This record gives sequence, C-alpha cells and structure tokens, in this order.
Amino acid sequence: MSVDTSKVATSNANKAATPKNGGPAGSIANWADERLGLATVMKKNLRKVFPDHWSFMLGEIALWSFVVLLLTGVFLTLWYTPSMGEIQYNGSYDQLRGIHMSEAMASTLNISFDVRGGLLMRQMHHWAATVFVASMMVHLLRVAFTGAHRKPRELNWVIGCLLLLLGTLEGFTGYSLPDDLLSGTGIRAADGFLKATPVVGTYMSFFLFGGEFPGEAIIPRLYTIHVLLIPGILLALIAAHMLLLVYHKHTQWPGPGRTEQNVVGFPMLPVYAAKAGGFFFIVFGVIALMGALLTINPVWKFGPYDPTKVTAGSQPDWYMGWPDGLLRLMPGVESVIFGYTISWNVMVPILIVPPLMLVILMVLPFIESWVTGDKREHHLLQRPRNAPTRTAVMVALMTFYGLAWAAGGNDIIAIRFDLSINQITYFLRAAIFIGPLIAFWITRRWCISLQRHDNETLLHGYETGVIMRSADGGYSERHLPIDGARAYEITARDRDEIYELESDVDGNGVAAPGTRVNALRAKLSKSMFADNVQKPTTEELTEAHHHAEHEHQLQAGLDHPADGHQFDGHDSAVEGHELRSR
Amino acid sequence: MVLLLLGLLLTGGLYTAFSPAQAQEQESEAELAAQGRELFLVGCSFCHGQNGEGISDAREGYQVGPSLVGVGAAAVDFQVGTGRMPLAQPAAQAPKKKVVYNEEEIAALAAYVASLAPGPAIPDAEDYSIEGLSAGEREEAIVRGGQIFLTNCTACHNFNGSGGAMPRGGYAPTLRDVPPRYIFEAMLTGPQNMPNFSNGNLSPEEKRDVIAYLGSLNETPEYGGFGLGGLGPVSEGLAGWIVGIGGLVGFAVWIAAHTTRSTKEKAEA
Repeated sequence: MSVDTSKVATSNANKAATPKNGGPAGSIANWADERLGLATVMKKNLRKVFPDHWSFMLGEIALWSFVVLLLTGVFLTLWYTPSMGEIQYNGSYDQLRGIHMSEAMASTLNISFDVRGGLLMRQMHHWAATVFVASMMVHLLRVAFTGAHRKPRELNWVIGCLLLLLGTLEGFTGYSLPDDLLSGTGIRAADGFLKATPVVGTYMSFFLFGGEFPGEAIIPRLYTIHVLLIPGILLALIAAHMLLLVYHKHTQWPGPGRTEQNVVGFPMLPVYAAKAGGFFFIVFGVIALMGALLTINPVWKFGPYDPTKVTAGSQPDWYMGWPDGLLRLMPGVESVIFGYTISWNVMVPILIVPPLMLVILMVLPFIESWVTGDKREHHLLQRPRNAPTRTAVMVALMTFYGLAWAAGGNDIIAIRFDLSINQITYFLRAAIFIGPLIAFWITRRWCISLQRHDNETLLHGYETGVIMRSADGGYSERHLPIDGARAYEITARDRDEIYELESDVDGNGVAAPGTRVNALRAKLSKSMFADNVQKPTTEELTEAHHHAEHEHQLQAGLDHPADGHQFDGHDSAVEGHELRSR
Repeated sequence: MVLLLLGLLLTGGLYTAFSPAQAQEQESEAELAAQGRELFLVGCSFCHGQNGEGISDAREGYQVGPSLVGVGAAAVDFQVGTGRMPLAQPAAQAPKKKVVYNEEEIAALAAYVASLAPGPAIPDAEDYSIEGLSAGEREEAIVRGGQIFLTNCTACHNFNGSGGAMPRGGYAPTLRDVPPRYIFEAMLTGPQNMPNFSNGNLSPEEKRDVIAYLGSLNETPEYGGFGLGGLGPVSEGLAGWIVGIGGLVGFAVWIAAHTTRSTKEKAEA
C-alpha cells in the first residue's frame, strides 16, 4: 500500500513548534478556558486512568439506571397529580370507568392509557428502580468480596450503604404513589410498623398520616419525599461517592507492573469515556426493552386502594422482600407491659433486625481493620479466597438475606412448586439460623482449599492432563510450571499476621489497660487467620523450580524427552532446557 | 359386565336426551336420578356413603367424604364436570384434572344428588351471560363485577385471577380460562376451602358481573407486555434480577473483554 505523504508530519528542524489554529472548536474551547480555567482541570482528569475489569462496571449500572430514573421520573411528574382528592375516573380503561378514586390513582391510569408513551415511561421508571437497587447490591458484594472497602475507602463504603438504604426508601415511596390496591396495602403495612414502635408508635403514625390512617395527607407527603428530599440526598451522596472514587483512585487487581502506588489501565479520554458512555446507552436500552416488553405493576388490575380490599400476591418490591419475609417467619409473640402491648412479632423483624443488619454492614471494614491492626492503604484487590473469613461472613450474610427473601415469597413458592406454605415457613424458621452457619463453614473451608490449590499450582505447576508411563510401569500426570505473570498474580498478597496478646500485665506487673479488649482482638485474629494457607516462601519456590529443572534435565537425555509439550501444542518450546513460561 | 352397564347407561342417557321431556319430565327426572344412583354407588359411595350421607373417619373431626345431602346439582356439576371428583387420592386439595364422566353421566349424578335434598341447581346460560344486555349495561356490569371481584375474590385468587396459596398445601386455583358456568357454580356452592356466596349474599346478577369482569380481562390485551404470570412483585423482582442484572452484567463482561486495540491489521506506513 502506498503511503499518503501529505499526511506525514514535516520536521520542525530547528524551529520551535507552533500550535496550529484549532478552528472554531478550538477557539470556543479557548474562550471557555480563559474564563473558567477548564484546561487545568481537564488536563489532569481527561487522562485519568481507570483499570479494566468487568466487575468494576457494576456500580456503573447503578449510576446509569439512576440517570434513567431521573429522566423517566421527570416525565412522570408532568402528568402525575399527588392528591388524594376523590374524583370519578372517566379515562380510556373500560373496566374502571365511573369508579371513584383518588386523583393520584386517576392520573396514574391517565399516564398509563391516555398519555402518549406514558405506560412505557412508567414501566421503564419502575424497572429502572428494580435494576438500580439490585445493581447497588451486586456492586456492594463485589466491593466486599475483593476487600475494596479497606483503608482508605471505609467512608465510601459507608456512603454506599447509605445509598442502598436511601434507594430502598426511594423505591418504597415511589411504588406507594399510584395509590392502587397494592401500594395502599404497602402503606397500611408501613403504618402498622410505625404503630408497633413502643410508646411513640401511634404518635409517629398520626404525625406521618396527618391523623388516622389513611387520611388525605400521605400521598402528597410521600410525593415530596420521593421527588425532592430523597433524590436530593441521593444525588449529593452519589456525587460524594464518585468524588471519593476519583480522589482515592480506583482499585485494581494485582498483576505485573501493578502496585499499591500506581493505577494501570486506560485513560478517561478516549477509552473510558467511550466505554462508560456506551454502557449508559446499553443500560438505557435494556431498561427500555424491559419497559416495553414486560409488565410491571399493572395498577389498572389492582384498582384504587380501599382498606376493605386486599389481593393475594401482595408483596413489596424485591428490595423490601427480606423484611417482609422476616415478618412472615416471626411467630406471633406479643407481651403486655403495664397494659401496653409490645408487638415483638412486628418489632423484631421490621424495627430491630433490618436496622441492625445495616449497621453490621456499615461497620464491617472497621471491625476488620481493628482485628487485623492493618492501617496501611490498600489499592490492590484481594481475591475472595485470600480472605476466607471475610468471604465466609459475606456469604453467611447473603444466606441470611436470601432465606429471609425467600420467606417473603413463600406463597408464590407454595403455589408454583406445589408446596405447603406452612411447611415452607417452618423450614425457613430453622434455616434462617442454621443456614448462615453452614454457609459460613463451607465457604471458609472452600476458600482455604482454594488457597491450598494455589500453592500446589505455584510449587508443582498446573496439571497438563498428560499421563506418563514410566519404565517400571507406574503412571503419573505431568505437571508444568505456570507462567510468570500468573504466578505473580497468585503470589501478590500479604502474609496474614495473627495478632497475639504480648502480656496481660505492663512493665510493672500491673494489669495493663485494655487487656480484655486486646484479648478479644487476639482471639478474633486467631480465628480469622490461623487456618489460612500462606503463600509459599521464596525458598520453597526456588526449591520447587530446582526440582522441576532437575526433572527436565533427567529427561533431556532420553530419546524422547517427555515433558508433556508434545501433547499440549507447545512443543516448539522443547528445545533448550531452561524453564519455559508455558 | 362393565361394558353392559355402560351400554345400558348410554342408551338410557340417549333416551333421556331425546325423549320428549314436556309430558314425562317428572318421570324422566326420577329415572335420571335412578341412573345417577347406579353410577354413584360405583364411583362415589366409597367416600360419600351409599346414600350420600358422608363417611366419618374414626378420628374426630376427620372425614373420608362429606355428606352430599343438600349440596345440590350445581355442586356435582362443578366437582365432577371439572374433574375434581372422583378424587384420585386424599390430599390437601382436590386438583382440577381430566374429566372422568361424560355429560350424560354427570347430569345423572347431579340429578341423583339433587334428589337427596333441595339444593342449588345447575345455572342456565342466561344466568351468567351478559349477551342480552345493551352495550352500556354490559360496561356497567363489567365495572361493577370488577369491584365485587376485588372485594370478595382477590384476597385468595389474586388481582389477576392467577390464584394464590392457602394454608397447608391448599391453593386458590387460577380463574383465567375457566368456563363461566363453573365459576358461577363455585360461587354458589363454595367448593373445598372456598366460602359459599349464596344468592342472598351475592345476587345472581352480581355473580354474572364478576364473570363478565373476568371475561373482559381475558379479552383485553396485556397492555404492559408479557404479564410474568400475573403474580405481582415476586415475579417482577425475579425478572428484574435475571433479565435486568443478568443482561447488564453480561454486557459489562462483553465490554471489559474488548480492549481498545482494534483487531484489524494496520496499514503499513
């Protein structure tokens, strides 16, 4: 192919390079820069590097689905009427024509049937909410399993947990707004939860509803909370979350050239802007497809809320499913103290356990750093197997969550799988305590086994699948050393240090302050790390290499040096006796 | 022997079907009941007793089969006509299954059970059809029926008529695509766990309206797209996770798997 010489740069020779006129775009940029100082900000940030891994894009799903929520939500506010004033429905939906309902419900039906594209927007908004909370959860799991919540990112973890809480509340206030039978049932449940609070319960309920349930105030109030209060806090916290991400820089997987001091990846422009921007359109597209093809919350079938009605399959959206499940599992325990009823059956599953779980989640990185005493910064991620106890704790929490979640759908499980709803509940009542323990134990042992497997691979190489027969008839499988980069990735981890209590007395033989706390810390440290398998030492690795080389040399003298490469497609590497990378 | 019996029954059935009813209605009704009794003794009496009086278990409160005295022809037409009876095995609930008896036999069984004591009769087609109404009246009937449905039926059968769970393995079955006659009879007789909506409780017109509403649900399209079983937020959550998160994580893996380097060969400069 010939070369187009007109496009080849001419040499500047001895003259200093002068920038070309940037054209209209350049002069606009220059105009803006002279007034806003954009160049300084951009110079740094456009070249900001992000590491590449699919699991780093889970939080992005949450971000982009939030954008979809904002866009579709603004559309919905243009037609939605947040009022409980009673009117007669006279819209397009035949089966409800002439029925008296709140303006909120009527306007929701109006959006669904009489506003062009309204049903699509409603369904997209609802699906985006479903995806938003779900992606936050998956993102949270990724962060926890890889140890990305260690110093310096503990506060960002806390912000993330708050985002999850706010997203859930935002979802609840959102699906309550249509004032259909399902959302009214949900609000009634919320009223019950408030009233179960000892002493102040009824006051709180009357305060929220502006009188006795349902009153006429709840929908306008929820609307303000849904479109102003929570989105405002969400936006602020998302901004803080992202700024901290930029400030801390993104974590990365260990690998050759990657250290705690650098970030290896691609720059913001053009690579990440394209990837992330493209991903926004994919998220938008998937949500639009779901909104167009899959029914979500068909309010017209539920009809307007009426406290005398209820429907089978009255569940909250999925993210409120696990407290609902706990509520279904809790036996009906109540006690009467000084003539006042304490409803443990509502308090425990709704007012005690979920907030407790959230607090546990938030303090996880702090507890871990207290036990390990590790105050260093961590920018390299850990493989889940290399923190067996943490991974097991997360899996135990997931098991608890999953079982409570399943209990929330016990009636649907019963009819879909031909089971008895009572037996499902009895089983889950036991499983919610036993399941997490079993899950913890299995996960922890599993991780430790995988660590052991890593060491095997490092010291003895990988299994080639080539079975050799020796002169005296014995069979053995060939192992070949793994390549250097892989070995680096596996060994790029710290050795676990078990904290031990030095002495419970100080230099003068007096009981040292804080001994009891430190003893607890030592105990926890031991149970967290004592069973872990540590990576092989340099001596062990050198020894293993010598062994492999020795074996290789022994066979080199044979007519057919059988190192396995004849069979695995790498036989070009047989010449020469040094260890090969593959 | 069985063949002979069936042959006799068939002839009898055909005879009753084609014989002039006006003059001998009283007599043919009695004949039908007599045929029904024969069938009843073979197929039903094991649980319901030889005279439909029901059989109690030795344990208190347990019953092998309830008394059929006074349940009426409508109950028989529903239970046998939908295949729920005869029962394959005692369980939490008698499931809908393949119908064992033909129409004449069901009519004979119904006549026999109806002869035991007065009870609700099999409804006529005009009882549950809105064909005769004007367009405006029909629409009103559907709207009224929808409200009655949401007040009385959805608590067990779900807002979409998709059915719901009952205690101890029981369930409220789906109401979609159930012939109107059986819905009417079920309301009238209250089979299994279902409460009895007598005509004093829910007038025949109101029953008709409920049926009209359910029929209208069958006729209107699913406006929102695929209905996900009409089970409410549980199936929606499942779809959100599998399609939404599953699909998007798939895309994330796809994006991350493609580096910035084009695979196309560069032109050599």
